[in-house]
Amino acid sequence: MTEMNENPLNLLPEVLLAASAVLGLLLGSWLPRTRQWLVGQLAVASCVAGIVAASIAAADPAATAFGEAFATDPVTSTSRIVVLGGTLLVLGISFRALQADARESEFYVLVQLAALGALMMAGAQDLLLLAAAYLLASIPAYTLAGFRKDGPGTEAALKYYVVGALLGVFMLTGITILYAAGRSTSYPMLGDALRDAPETLVATGAIGLLAGVLFKAGGVPAHFWVPDAVQGSSPPVAALLTTLPKIGALAALFRLGDVVFAGSSLPWPALVAVLAAASMTLGNLGAFFQQDVKRLLAYSTISQVGYLLMPVAVAGLSDLSQQALLYYLAAYTVTNLGAFAVVCALPHARTLEDYRGLAKERPLLAASLVVCLLGLVGTPPTAIFIGKLEVFSAAVDGGYAWLAVLAAANTVASLFYYLRWIAPAVSRSGSSSPAEGDRTARVVAYAVTAVSLGLGIAGGPVLDALAAPITR
Amino acid sequence: MLSALVFVPTVVALLLFALPRSTSPSVFRVIWVMASAFELALIIALWSGYEADGGMQYEVRARWIPSAGVGYHVGVDGLSLPLLALTCLLFLACAVYSLREGRRIREFAALFLFLETTCLGVFAALDLILFFVFFDLSIVAMYFIIAGWGHKQAARAALKFFLYTFIGSLALLLGFIGLYLAASPHTFDMVELTEQNPLAGRSVYAALVLLAIVVGLAVKTPTVPFHTWLPLAHVEAPAAGSAILAGVLLKMGTYGFIRIAMPMLPEAWRRYALVLVVIGVVSVIYGALVALAQTDFKRMIAYTSVNHMGYIVLAIGAAAATADTSAQARSLAVTGAVTQMVSHGLLTGALFLLAGIMYERGRTYEMSAYSGVAAVAPVFAALTGVAAFASLGLPGFSGFIAEFQIFTGSLGPQPLATTLSVLGILLTAGLFLRALRQVLMGPPRLPDAPGTPRTFPDVRAHEVVAVVPLLVLAVVLGVAPRFLLDVIEPASRAVLELLAR
Repeated sequence: MTEMNENPLNLLPEVLLAASAVLGLLLGSWLPRTRQWLVGQLAVASCVAGIVAASIAAADPAATAFGEAFATDPVTSTSRIVVLGGTLLVLGISFRALQADARESEFYVLVQLAALGALMMAGAQDLLLLAAAYLLASIPAYTLAGFRKDGPGTEAALKYYVVGALLGVFMLTGITILYAAGRSTSYPMLGDALRDAPETLVATGAIGLLAGVLFKAGGVPAHFWVPDAVQGSSPPVAALLTTLPKIGALAALFRLGDVVFAGSSLPWPALVAVLAAASMTLGNLGAFFQQDVKRLLAYSTISQVGYLLMPVAVAGLSDLSQQALLYYLAAYTVTNLGAFAVVCALPHARTLEDYRGLAKERPLLAASLVVCLLGLVGTPPTAIFIGKLEVFSAAVDGGYAWLAVLAAANTVASLFYYLRWIAPAVSRSGSSSPAEGDRTARVVAYAVTAVSLGLGIAGGPVLDALAAPITR
Repeated sequence: MLSALVFVPTVVALLLFALPRSTSPSVFRVIWVMASAFELALIIALWSGYEADGGMQYEVRARWIPSAGVGYHVGVDGLSLPLLALTCLLFLACAVYSLREGRRIREFAALFLFLETTCLGVFAALDLILFFVFFDLSIVAMYFIIAGWGHKQAARAALKFFLYTFIGSLALLLGFIGLYLAASPHTFDMVELTEQNPLAGRSVYAALVLLAIVVGLAVKTPTVPFHTWLPLAHVEAPAAGSAILAGVLLKMGTYGFIRIAMPMLPEAWRRYALVLVVIGVVSVIYGALVALAQTDFKRMIAYTSVNHMGYIVLAIGAAAATADTSAQARSLAVTGAVTQMVSHGLLTGALFLLAGIMYERGRTYEMSAYSGVAAVAPVFAALTGVAAFASLGLPGFSGFIAEFQIFTGSLGPQPLATTLSVLGILLTAGLFLRALRQVLMGPPRLPDAPGTPRTFPDVRAHEVVAVVPLLVLAVVLGVAPRFLLDVIEPASRAVLELLAR
């Protein structure tokens, strides 16, 4: 660490987001209630600017900022674009619901801060920065979960917070132990030091660390908060909770696997593979007989984390793992937000039965729903199909063929509950007509569906861009 | 031109949605029939420009997702051309047959046109992922057809159909990934994979990949013991849907065996060919016996499909079972298998459409509810009789040519299995004759609606136009099959050369 490269321009997307959050907070306290949408527009502008900055920076060779604490490489660049794009969509689906709300600007600020936390997690190359990013990603999210101040929202926030605080402490303990074992918090140094460190110490530390990161990812065994937090919070917040933190957490896990634990005595790939298997299976089992659409989607996201953990498990073992993970992350974000956008577009439809006859009332929205749900299954030609193809290939290539077989079996199982939603939506006997909906969210749903199909049909260039090596 | 053949139906389907809601239903029907007729004209043009000995023709290659080893690659050879033609013909027959379909004709037509694209795509694809994409989308389209236009238990049948065949397609995907990873450089291109033979000498790996691919295709075919999705799906689907399901979708499985499994995994295929022979024989006998036990006309036809597909599996298994039989015999078996695919498509398509006519008049498929239909509807009776006799393999029809080739080709390498399978013909003869006697002969009796007795009007013009060409072609193939065999034979010889590596 001889030369400190503290060039803030390396962190331009993050800086933009933070600046816009602070500015938004100030603006929000001065603007009249009917004008608070300006803060939302500011947030949109900062996200767009951040995406542009990240795309330009993506062309540069991989580097680190702030010593070796933050990496700017394909993993970070992709996570930036995906997180900021996801934030844009979340803002899009929440815009109408929040109009002239008493705390409109606070909502936008909290969304941006949560996104910033996810971004920092994705780029962190130092355990302490990871811990700070964890807190930054978590605390605004706790607040957002209870934003509506109603009974379910409070329960959601409380449950989310208690689990998060507990697992956060585990994570800090794990970091302390790893520091003790490796005498450093920087990933590359830890990677070398952990080779000869005592196995028990490394294992204990790694498990503590995993607890925190898996909480953010919403994976088994740290998934208990997901169904309740998602069901209790408002649909846009639920959409945020199930996508943005996951992106950061999975990118962080990938880095940990590839750089820190690759050479250590810990059977990291096997450990993650077991977690992946448990996540996809338990998530699917939980989703089977849900009636509430948000709860169903919540369990479905748990199972999706299982698929996303597959390339993490083979991080150091297969050359395909990185592009598989990043592509799947992007595809998942788009598709999952698309499903939530449909939910937001029909604020009065809560259960699967409420969607009966949607195809007759709103054929385009029903088509979006079908595409997004079949997309989550991985039916071609949607984006997740190519994601799954890559993920399966990476798993088989990395020697985890059993995991790919299990994932295929799980995919079939997941089809069952997605079809339970699709069947009433496209059935002709519509008894209840979906009431007046949210137009902005509807537009977002159409756009996202188009992107999901587009990524699936023309995913070639995107995959090419994701294959560049990461910093070590 | 081939890409146009594949994608025109979907384009037309999208155009249907661009028309205003108030458009008269007959406009949709006319567009549907015209699009299907255009497809048939296109495939006839393709066939007339096809050189029988020329190998792969009309090839198109384009970059699609190069970093994942996936490309857009289509082409036609003697294996796929007959099936492409069959697909176009059957879809036209279904479009004509559905001229009276009243329920949401726009969506129905669009789904069928989309389904046509996926079916043509499967037979034209020369890239495993392209193949898989079409293979999977055909399941999605068929799911909506069964769920939206099926009979009483349609929702359950559609779900079962989707879950079962989706399991198969995912097993297939795992097998494809296995092939992809074994090839260097990694690729999904069928032609390259066939040339490379990437799993030569890696017996365990090859066996696992073959297992995944065979399970995937066996579900779709379907063979015993993966056939359980088939009867329910067939019975609950609308008539046109059943005709496509049996006539085209089942062929995707058997086509995959000949196109993918045999040439890309020759060693493993030869080693485990006996397993396929056994599966084939069991499917033949079991399918026929279960069909014999049915009282439901449509369900009976569905089970005869299991039986007919069994002959194909037997043939392609026997073609590899022993290397020391004459090349000519084995080539005969493979040619017979492809001919059987075409023949079964024509005959079962016709039978399902006839079953649909019967259901439309009587509202039930139960054979005991009918009697003496020949007296009130002689043309219907004649058509059903012809289709049934053709389907049981009577000389003069396409089914005889196919089965004769299969048995002659398989008898040398697998005498016992072939002898057992011939019994299947006897059983199907029995069950078809029994069904004909029950429904067509005897004192006239028709199922009663509550209150008034129903009438059984004879076949209408559009139904004749849909069914008769299929039967005529079956006769033409039975009398003068050379034009088809000339196309198939070079391709089956090529497959056997690849298999002998």
